[in-house]
Amino acid sequence: MQSIAKQEMMALAGDQAVAYAVKQSDVDVVAAYPITPQTIIVEKFSEYVANGEVETEFVCVESEHSAMAASLAASATGARAFTATASAGLALMHEMLFVTSGCRAPVVMAVANRALSAPLNIHGDHSDSMAQRDSGWVQMYAENAQEAYDSIIQAFRIAENSGVLLPAMVGLDGFTLSHTLENVEALLDEDVKAFVGIRKLPNVLTHEGKNVPFRLDPANPMTMGPIALQNYYFEFKRQQEEAMKNALAVIQQVNREYAKVSGRSYGDGLVEAYHLEDAEVAAICLGSTAGTMKTVVDELRQDGVKAGLLRLRTFRPLPVEQIRSALAGVKAVAVMDKSMSFGGNGGPVFHEVRHLLYDTSSHPYVVNYIYGLGGRDTSPTELRSIYENLQRILQAGRVETPIQYLGLRE
Amino acid sequence: MTSQEWKFTAKDIAAKPDLFLSGHRACAGCGPATVLRLIMKATRGPTIVTEATGCMEVVSSIYPYTSWGVPWLHTAFETAASNASGIEAALKIMKRKGRIGQEHVDVIAFAGDGGTYDIGIQALSGAVERGHDFLFVLYDNEAYMNTGIQRSGGTPHGAATTTSPAGRVIPGKLEYKKPIANIMVAHDIPYVATASPYYWKDMLTKVRKGLEVEGPAFLHVFAPCPRGWRSDPAKSMEYSKLAVETCVFPVWESVNGQCQLSTPSTLVALAPQKKKPVSDYLQGQGRFRHMFKPQNKMLLEEVQRVTDERWKRVLKKCGETSKTA
Repeated sequence: MQSIAKQEMMALAGDQAVAYAVKQSDVDVVAAYPITPQTIIVEKFSEYVANGEVETEFVCVESEHSAMAASLAASATGARAFTATASAGLALMHEMLFVTSGCRAPVVMAVANRALSAPLNIHGDHSDSMAQRDSGWVQMYAENAQEAYDSIIQAFRIAENSGVLLPAMVGLDGFTLSHTLENVEALLDEDVKAFVGIRKLPNVLTHEGKNVPFRLDPANPMTMGPIALQNYYFEFKRQQEEAMKNALAVIQQVNREYAKVSGRSYGDGLVEAYHLEDAEVAAICLGSTAGTMKTVVDELRQDGVKAGLLRLRTFRPLPVEQIRSALAGVKAVAVMDKSMSFGGNGGPVFHEVRHLLYDTSSHPYVVNYIYGLGGRDTSPTELRSIYENLQRILQAGRVETPIQYLGLRE
Repeated sequence: MTSQEWKFTAKDIAAKPDLFLSGHRACAGCGPATVLRLIMKATRGPTIVTEATGCMEVVSSIYPYTSWGVPWLHTAFETAASNASGIEAALKIMKRKGRIGQEHVDVIAFAGDGGTYDIGIQALSGAVERGHDFLFVLYDNEAYMNTGIQRSGGTPHGAATTTSPAGRVIPGKLEYKKPIANIMVAHDIPYVATASPYYWKDMLTKVRKGLEVEGPAFLHVFAPCPRGWRSDPAKSMEYSKLAVETCVFPVWESVNGQCQLSTPSTLVALAPQKKKPVSDYLQGQGRFRHMFKPQNKMLLEEVQRVTDERWKRVLKKCGETSKTA
C-alpha cells in the first residue's frame, strides 16, 4: 500500500480551510463577492493574491451574479475557476447556476450555508443550497473544517472529470464550520497539485470532423451557450442527468484515491454510515449536525439502543442505491432537514429519502425533523429525543406526527 | 496594423471573410445584423465574442447552426460584461502559465439596449471599473425587440412600444433616452464612442480604436429595427443617416476623457443651417406616428427642443462653440 503523504497540522476555521485548499489547487480564476459567513474565504484568498502566493486572476466582482457569470466564462475559456458565496448571494446566482451546469462548465464553489431573508439572519441553515437543488450542480456537505478542505480539493477532480463536466458546490455550515477553528491536516502543496493536476479539457467533435478541446479557442471557433429549441433542448437536459449519474461513481473513485494520499475518506464519498449494520432506529442528516449526532448514537449504543446514523455527504447526485442499502435493516428512520419546503409536506431531504424508500421491501417508518433554522442551536438532548421518538413509533406500530419541528417554540 | 494605418476601404471590407456569417435568422432590414457583420470585419486578429441574450443572440445561434466564425459565448441577458471579465481574466492567467499561445486575443461583448442600459448596466459598470481589456458594443435598436418591442432605458421620448403604447391619455414613452455613452465616459475609461452604421468607415475605425486601447472600451452603435420601429426595411440605413443629420444621434468619441465630434457630426456643426429638423427623422417611423397628430404638436416641438439642448451639450463637451447651434 502506498504510504500516506506528509501533512501539516493547522488551526483553521472552515472558511480558511477552503481558501487554503483553493490556494493549493492550481486555480486559474477566482471571481467572488463577499457575503457573511463566506467572507473569510475571499478575504483570505485576497491576501494570498496580494502576497503573490498564488498564480490566480482574482476578479473582485460587483455582485454574485457577475461572480458566477465570470466564473462560467473563465471556465468556458479553459481555466479552472472557483467562487464562493452564501445565502442571498447564492439566491442572486440562481439564474447563472442553471446556465453554468447547462454550459457544462466545471466551476467549483464553496457555500457557507446560511439562512435566507426575511427576516434577515446571517446564521447557518441549508435554505440557500436546498433552494438550488435542481440547478444541475453536484452538491456535497462537509461535516467539519477538515472535510471542507478535503472536499474542495476533491471537487475539482469530480467536476472536471470528462464523464461529469458539471459544476460542484461544497456546503459548509455557516459559523458552525465557517468561523470555528479546528485542527485541519493539510496536504503539502505539491501533493495537492499532483492530485488535482492541470485542468484537462475533453475533446469534442466539430462539424468539420476535427477533435478539438472543449473551450473558447480562436484556433477552433466554437459556439457555446446557443439557443436550442423544441427540437434539441430536451436532449441537452437528458445529457445533464446522465452526467449526474456518472458523478456517483466518480465521487466514490475520487474519495478512494484521496484516501490513498491523505489517509482520510468519508464513507464511500456519497454516504457515511455510522453504526448502521444492526441499527433498528436511524437518523439521516447533512453537514455538521452529524458530528453531534455521532456522540448521541454512541451514548444510545452504551444504553443498549440499536441506533445508527446515515450522513448524506453527497446530496446531488442523490445516492439512491447507497441510501437504500444502508437503511436496509432499519425499522424507523428520522430524516433531518435544516431547511423548509413551505407547503410541501416536509423538508426536501425528507421528500427524497421517503420517496426512494417507496420501492424497497423493508418499508421502514419515516419521519421528518425540521431543525436549526436561522442557526438555532440543537442540543444533544434534543437529538436524543429523535431516537426516543423512533423507539416509541416502533413500540406503538404507527406514526402520529410525521413532520416535527425540533427546538421550536409553538 | 493600427487604426491609423488601416484604410477601411470598401474593397478591403469586401475582401475580408465574414466572421458573422450568412444564414442567421434576422429580419429584413435588420440594423443590428448589418452592424455585427461590419464590426466583425474590423477585428484585427484572434477574437472571442460574448453576447447578451437578445435579438442577435437568438438569430445567430439556433442549435445546431451558428453564424459565428469566432469562438462565441452566450450565457444570459445581463452578463455580456461579466462574461467578458471572466474570459479576459482566463486568457491572461492561462497565457502567463503558458497553457495557451502568447498571441493576443481580443474580447468583444455585444449587447442590445436591454442588456446595456437596463438589466446589464451593473455588470457593465463593474467590469469597466475593474479595467478589463475588452470592447463592449451596444447595438441600440431602442427597445426590447426580441421579446416584442417593449420600452427600454434607450427608447426615445414619445416612441410607442408595447409597454409604452400611444394611448388616449399617455402619448408613448414619457421618459427620455438614458445618456448611456456619457455614463460610460464618467467611468473614466480609455475609449468611448458613438457610431452609426451609415457612416461605416467611422464606425469601423472606432471598433479598431476600441480594440487597440489597453483597458475597457465602449461603443454605442445606432441600429434601426424596422419591425420595432414600424419602419420600411429598405430605409434602415437612411434612418441611420438621418439620426446623425438631425442630431438625434450625434457621433463622437472620447479618448481618455477628451471628447471630439466625429466627421459626420462635425459637418453638421460646421454648417448648422443644414441641420435637419427632427421631424425628418421621426416621419415614416410608425412608433412616432401619433406625434404627428395635430393634438400632439407640442410633443414634436418638445422633442426638437430637447434634441437641440442635447446637441448643444455635445458640442460643449467636444469643445465646439455654441455658434453652431
